[in-house]
Amino acid sequence: MPGFQGYVRKDGKVGARNYVAVIPSVVCSVEVVEAIVANTVMTQGIIHHQGCCQTPPDLERVTDCLIKICENPNVGAALIVSLGCEGVDTNRLEAAARATGKPIERVNIQELGGTSAAIAAGINAAQRLVMAISGQQRESVDMSSFVMGIKCGASDTTSGVASNPVIGYVADKVVDLGGTVIFGETTEFIGAEHILQRRAKNPHVASEIARIVTEMEDRAKAIGVDMRKGQPTPGNIEGGLSTIEEKSLGAIVKSGTRTIEGVIGYTEVPKGKGLWIKDSPGREIELLSGMAVGGAQVILFSTGRGAPQGFPVVPVIKICGNPVTFAHMQQDMDVNAGLIVDGTSSIEDVGEEVFQQLVRVASGETTKGESIKYTKSMDFYCLGPVL
Amino acid sequence: MADMAKAIKNHETDNVATVFDVVKAGADVKVFDKKGNTFVMKVSNDIPYGHKVALVAIAVGEQVTKYGEEIGVATKAIQPGDHVHVHNIDSIRGRGDWSAKGAQ
Repeated sequence: MPGFQGYVRKDGKVGARNYVAVIPSVVCSVEVVEAIVANTVMTQGIIHHQGCCQTPPDLERVTDCLIKICENPNVGAALIVSLGCEGVDTNRLEAAARATGKPIERVNIQELGGTSAAIAAGINAAQRLVMAISGQQRESVDMSSFVMGIKCGASDTTSGVASNPVIGYVADKVVDLGGTVIFGETTEFIGAEHILQRRAKNPHVASEIARIVTEMEDRAKAIGVDMRKGQPTPGNIEGGLSTIEEKSLGAIVKSGTRTIEGVIGYTEVPKGKGLWIKDSPGREIELLSGMAVGGAQVILFSTGRGAPQGFPVVPVIKICGNPVTFAHMQQDMDVNAGLIVDGTSSIEDVGEEVFQQLVRVASGETTKGESIKYTKSMDFYCLGPVL
Repeated sequence: MADMAKAIKNHETDNVATVFDVVKAGADVKVFDKKGNTFVMKVSNDIPYGHKVALVAIAVGEQVTKYGEEIGVATKAIQPGDHVHVHNIDSIRGRGDWSAKGAQ
């Protein structure tokens, strides 16, 4: 039975990494967070740009996201860096973070007398957290503890035919081994909702799929933009995509073929094992954050043109469907799925290779993005205006 | 064999494959399935990189299948080896049987 080596947390979840997350409660704390992270090891800054002057639902959403980052099993401890007058409910954040049983510390910039004082106190606090968790050892666990996020970005004509089907192969395998897979990018369902709905566990889940697509479209319509207009685009047609169904399916194929268990909101985690849809936009930074919020330990990311993104506390494995891009961007790309369009390997063979790499990365092997610290592509997806 | 143009058939039930070369009418294409099995077929039109070739005959109104799912229907009779694109297939989006109210 395939499994991986991970950090078993008190709540039973298993981390692929053992980081101290340094969390700004609000964008105003980011400078302090960056200084703390620069002066400590094992720390990762959760560099977002939200947390104040937002609508109450968005402030609640940001608070929920920060709590879920603390709950992500790749986080072994967390340091909350608060300004003091932000809109995020820092007491709720701290209480929920402490409820995980992980070591938690907090510094308050205004209370401590400013930026440099908070940096000094924050480095000391982060050091205490590092010393508290750095001795934890990895243990063998099976794939039922595994939660994988999937994503495609900077796609080209190879994505739908090579790298996304490879992720689909791995997604099916993770589900079959009792694990959990989260996929999102609601905007990319447009034109193929009816096909996704056929894979829904029951009529309620099918109606939820329709609902999130309609809501995503309505948000575009509300500002006078029609996302469906001109799809596929002239560029898509030139590249060989004939219909909107074909374009959407090229993205959806990365979810594999298994039953869709349910639809979860942006701040939620899957309510069971198997394949889940997270209602989320397609842009990398919000999507990757949504996967981390959902508890993903590793993210598989398919690209053709060469997306370099990574996330602070979740390793992102880059699977490149275009052999030319792979050769040009080896520093950013982990897997050459271009072998498929070259005719030298098959979807199943590359899929097996990716699965093995996934297990190794979950067990501690470094991704290309991690090795060069391309790990800061994140922000939280908010719905309302900035006030 | 090394120089023959390549195409990928994503699912057993697909009636089209995606060509990953610039192919001239009359040339042979080697079609790979998911497992790496191959067969060779002759194309009847010039096909640009990333475009589709028909693997079997597809009648007018018949479903065009890629990834094992429908990507549209044939608007003209398609022969094996034909270039399959916007000139001979069309989206089935907008059909009243599944189109949500208000959706386009």
